[in-house]
Amino acid sequence: MAIGLLGRKVGMTQIFDESGNVVPVTVIEAGPCHVLQLRTKQRDGYEAVQLGYRDKPRRLASRSQRGHVAKLDSKRSKSRAKAGVEIPAKAGCEPQRFIREFRGSFEGVSVGQTLDVSQFADVKRVDVVGTTKGRGTTGVMVRHNFHGQRASHGVKKVHRHAGSIGQSQFPGHVPKGRRMGGQYGNQRSTMRNVKVVRVDVENHLLLIYGAVPGPNGGYVMIKETNKL
Amino acid sequence: MSQQTLELVEKSSLKTEIPEFQIGDTVDVHTRILEGEKERIQVFNGVVIARAGSGTRETFIVRRIVGGEGVERKFPLHSPKIAKIEVKRRGIVRRAKLYFLRDRVGKAVRLKERRGDTKNGE
Repeated sequence: MAIGLLGRKVGMTQIFDESGNVVPVTVIEAGPCHVLQLRTKQRDGYEAVQLGYRDKPRRLASRSQRGHVAKLDSKRSKSRAKAGVEIPAKAGCEPQRFIREFRGSFEGVSVGQTLDVSQFADVKRVDVVGTTKGRGTTGVMVRHNFHGQRASHGVKKVHRHAGSIGQSQFPGHVPKGRRMGGQYGNQRSTMRNVKVVRVDVENHLLLIYGAVPGPNGGYVMIKETNKL
Repeated sequence: MSQQTLELVEKSSLKTEIPEFQIGDTVDVHTRILEGEKERIQVFNGVVIARAGSGTRETFIVRRIVGGEGVERKFPLHSPKIAKIEVKRRGIVRRAKLYFLRDRVGKAVRLKERRGDTKNGE
């Protein structure tokens, strides 16, 4: 069972399969990822593996971020060590830019371990979690694919409006969940059950069939799908 | 950086040996066709009227006249389904896209032949 990986969307292109058909693919630079922490039932109430992707310069990282990945020297750590408090293991790597947890209990994982794309070698289909492109405040036509109103026949200044949003004095309010304009995009989105076309262990690349949410350079989470 | 990564990925799908042909050249395109279990080679002969794209997305359009009707086929240059491209005749043209040929019929479709300066030494 593959744990999962963090990565970046590189971009889309097309390749040819064995029978010569064109396959549209998204190239994802996945891993290598450091295991930063293991969540346990007894301490955290749930089980998960915390991964970090892409080194961040130490000067940009806060002290807490640096202390999360490596042991820092401090007065408190000294006094705690003196008192016999055992500090949990640290990964001992550079501070990481993108940190996410993968839920579930996995065997043979330890803090400080490096995971790479080879774990997907036998995986046929994955789930890819990304953040969609932010479109800011948009109207209903863009956000919900409403049709708007007619260009003529008495329509004035409301060509891109939604129309009626409810009834009159009864019920006297707009129903909850009525689709309107507002912030669109920049939202977590999961592509489920997408095909893995190729795994390039050497270059840490994962080729996924079709599109993946987010802009090029956007961070994504990849895990083996549980939808079959 | 990301562009280089994409090129790296595309490299595996690129053909190494593609004959040099230009716009206006008359070519034979040998395509593999799967009929049930059997594979057969079909030849499409015509004038290259356009080339577009780059990397694995590069395509070219071949135009020919079949029974008085213009037929155009667009081929992905690096497709494994293309077995061979043979240059039959080189033409002299002054533009990259020969879409004006679509409006022409009969003798007007002919292009002047380019001789002597071919690399293959025809």
